[in-house]
Amino acid sequence: MIELPILNYTYDEEQLGFPEPPKMPDPSIGVGERIATGAIALGILGVLLCGLAGFGRGGWWAIGVSFGLLFAGGSSLSWFRFRDTTPGIRHDHTMFRSVQRRGWIAWGLAILITSFYIVFYWYAELQNAGMPPLLEGMIRLVDPVSFALQGVAADQYFFYGFIYTLAILVFGVRMIMKYRHNRYHIIRTISVSFFQLGIAFMLPGILRRLDQPEFYFTYFWPLQPKYLWPGEAGKLSGLLEGGGVIGMFMIGFGIFAILVATPLLTYFFGKRWYCSWVCGCGGLAETLGDPWRQLSDKSTRAWRVERIMIYSVLLAVVLITILLWTNYYLSQGILGSFSRIAYKTYGFVILNMFAGVIGVGFYPIMGSRVWCRFGCPMAAILGILQRYFSRFRITTNGNQCMSCGNCSTYCEMGIDVRAYAQSGENIVRASCVGCGVCAAVCPRGVLKLENGSSLHGRYS
Amino acid sequence: MKHAVIIGNGVAGITAARRLRSIEPEWRITVISGESRYHYSRPALMYLFMGHMRYADTKPFEDHVWEEDRIELVRDWVIEIDADASTLHLHRSGKLGYDKLLIATGSKSNKFGWPGQDLKRVQGLYDLMDLHQLHENVRGTRQAVIVGGGLIGIEFGEMLHSCNIPVTFLVREKSYWDNVLPAEESAMVSRIIREAGFDLRLETELKEIVDDGSGAACAVVTGQGERIDTQLVGLTAGVAPNTDLVRESNIETGRGILVDWSFRTNVPNIFAAGDCAEIVTDGDGRNLIQQVWYTGKMQGKVAAEAMAGRDVRYDPGIWYNSAKFLDLEYQTYGFVSNLPQPGQVNLWWEHPSGRKGLRLIHSETGEFLAMNIMGMRARHKVCEGWIRDKRSIEFVLDHLEDANFDTEFFERHDPEILETVRSQM
Repeated sequence: MIELPILNYTYDEEQLGFPEPPKMPDPSIGVGERIATGAIALGILGVLLCGLAGFGRGGWWAIGVSFGLLFAGGSSLSWFRFRDTTPGIRHDHTMFRSVQRRGWIAWGLAILITSFYIVFYWYAELQNAGMPPLLEGMIRLVDPVSFALQGVAADQYFFYGFIYTLAILVFGVRMIMKYRHNRYHIIRTISVSFFQLGIAFMLPGILRRLDQPEFYFTYFWPLQPKYLWPGEAGKLSGLLEGGGVIGMFMIGFGIFAILVATPLLTYFFGKRWYCSWVCGCGGLAETLGDPWRQLSDKSTRAWRVERIMIYSVLLAVVLITILLWTNYYLSQGILGSFSRIAYKTYGFVILNMFAGVIGVGFYPIMGSRVWCRFGCPMAAILGILQRYFSRFRITTNGNQCMSCGNCSTYCEMGIDVRAYAQSGENIVRASCVGCGVCAAVCPRGVLKLENGSSLHGRYS
Repeated sequence: MKHAVIIGNGVAGITAARRLRSIEPEWRITVISGESRYHYSRPALMYLFMGHMRYADTKPFEDHVWEEDRIELVRDWVIEIDADASTLHLHRSGKLGYDKLLIATGSKSNKFGWPGQDLKRVQGLYDLMDLHQLHENVRGTRQAVIVGGGLIGIEFGEMLHSCNIPVTFLVREKSYWDNVLPAEESAMVSRIIREAGFDLRLETELKEIVDDGSGAACAVVTGQGERIDTQLVGLTAGVAPNTDLVRESNIETGRGILVDWSFRTNVPNIFAAGDCAEIVTDGDGRNLIQQVWYTGKMQGKVAAEAMAGRDVRYDPGIWYNSAKFLDLEYQTYGFVSNLPQPGQVNLWWEHPSGRKGLRLIHSETGEFLAMNIMGMRARHKVCEGWIRDKRSIEFVLDHLEDANFDTEFFERHDPEILETVRSQM
């Protein structure tokens, strides 16, 4: 006979789910964590006072009590928070926290970041329309760094690069502490931090100081299409005319990077060599974005949308590039005004709105890789290469998957990893950026990122 | 058109339903469960409770596949099987006829007749009913006691720790899970349990659970007579086949529902598979009950083929299993006995950190037989191949690195392992 309490069980798990269970009080927070939190609070206050109210304009002490405190407090908070836990996967309560499960804190944060991007991208236009110079004070805060690095005062782009790098470094420390039992994550996080700080932030400043053209060696066409766009649309002409030998080198580097290095590195290592080891967008997603990786949509419907969108963007940038070059050879011919509309629209819709406003602003709502998954044309090319011409794969260990779903849940690219793992299949997917979190969170050690020895099994 | 009904939407039942659909496109297939609307992953219960995942994330298939595959899902409990009339009696929705029936009702938590075992605030941890109960029971719990040392016990403890509830383990054995693990592995697990802040009482039995006067547990008394105040008692002394539904029918049962190697019961057209099935073996009289995820999957697949009338025989293959004790991963390939067996040689390497270990077992004639691996990951295909192909231990040692499945850049220990185990040979 079946027992009565079981017969009477009618809980609707679909509608109600399983909410946070009641807890005993948390153990008291350590001194280190308190000091770190205090430093962050003071840092925020510093940014507001010095940035908005204009105290201590341009001095080292002002940046010290604002962004300096934020950096020190932010990175030491993760240090103190994770130091006393045993190394391992620490995802307790992730799905219960408002900020990580699209609660009101998440929405507030999303609105804040999105507003920042709108002010940042359309700063001049908005000021012309009457908006006060909101960012001015904060830009002046980073002047000392700008003078030290590039010899001139900061502009809004330098300021953006500064806080972007700061975010990668602070949350990079968090990432390393959180996954400190796993060397893959430690090395990968050091890599993205290095490429952001050294190559994407400091090097362009130094080049500027040396009166050389500004150039980001971590971005190439088609992610940064301007490097191969001719005429007024791109930077190619500028590099050719004003860049001398270094300019020629930069052009050569850009062409080599996309035509030779990209296919070759992707063949051996998969798209991860770029997306989760080098790229700045990926770098931010892997550090600042980590707390929201579980928000990606895993449905097959989302996968369909993904394929339509990402290849449309790739197609658009390829067509615009062809259009611009045709037009260039025809000396502006008949397509002049149309090509201008095309590349301006691409810049506005894809690069500003999609990559920036939605890509980062929606981290707390849609997860950390929205741009990388649905929009990035570089990821599209890398994905095709990875799917058909790469040795990279995620190997499934026999029949050991027990379908728990940790892998799919924490896949930032929304790949239903479990669907493959539970069938004993290896995972060969265009979108996988090789972050390695699926393999780390698997409680049965079923997944392993590998550079295989052949293309075996890719064309089934 | 035949109607196949499957009782239970766990991994065995659901695998059977999907397999049956692929071989019998025309059959009507119904899966009945009172536990949940859709199939979910039972091993994910702990992650659901601790907030690693939402309930929706524990479902291995998207909801739309059932309609697409024309697998009818019924949320109800079967209360009686009328085998003579080929009819099921459901608790809420009346009668349902079938042509072929698969019973996949899973397991139940063991209760060994302890006084007070049916009190409120005493529970096992096996299904969504238990999880739902646990949400109620942790409220007001300042101290928990878990009885029995096994895989579910340690998961239960980890779940309670996520709610900041102190946990005392009462374990009858000398060392954690040492009825399954050899001494070194068991010592390692016992150590990490203590390091994680659990109060692990070894060689301690439960004598009784004390009623607080309102029908709820308020303390346990150990075999040594010690009284431990508690507001929640977890019973995790293993699981047994759930045969509640068939006890009063004419389907034969032993510890589980007795089946042959094709999962046929004694009643024509009725099959049983997964945790609830007890396979009657031909030889030594020790019947086979398998209660892990992958065997449920394999059994479900074979049962579906048998239901479709195919001549199939279940082959359990080379035994393997894996688990995670807190942060310590464990894998086993082949049959590793907890005690040294005559005619077998045990080689053991342990990392100085005490969080990694490797046991290799070979016969006296040098044939590789089995292995345990702790805190590291091994490649299934390679280890299984060594055992299946009866490789020599020398061959295994020469190819040890082929078996590594750790994530990239992990510290490798092959030279130390080889040096240590060779010195033991």
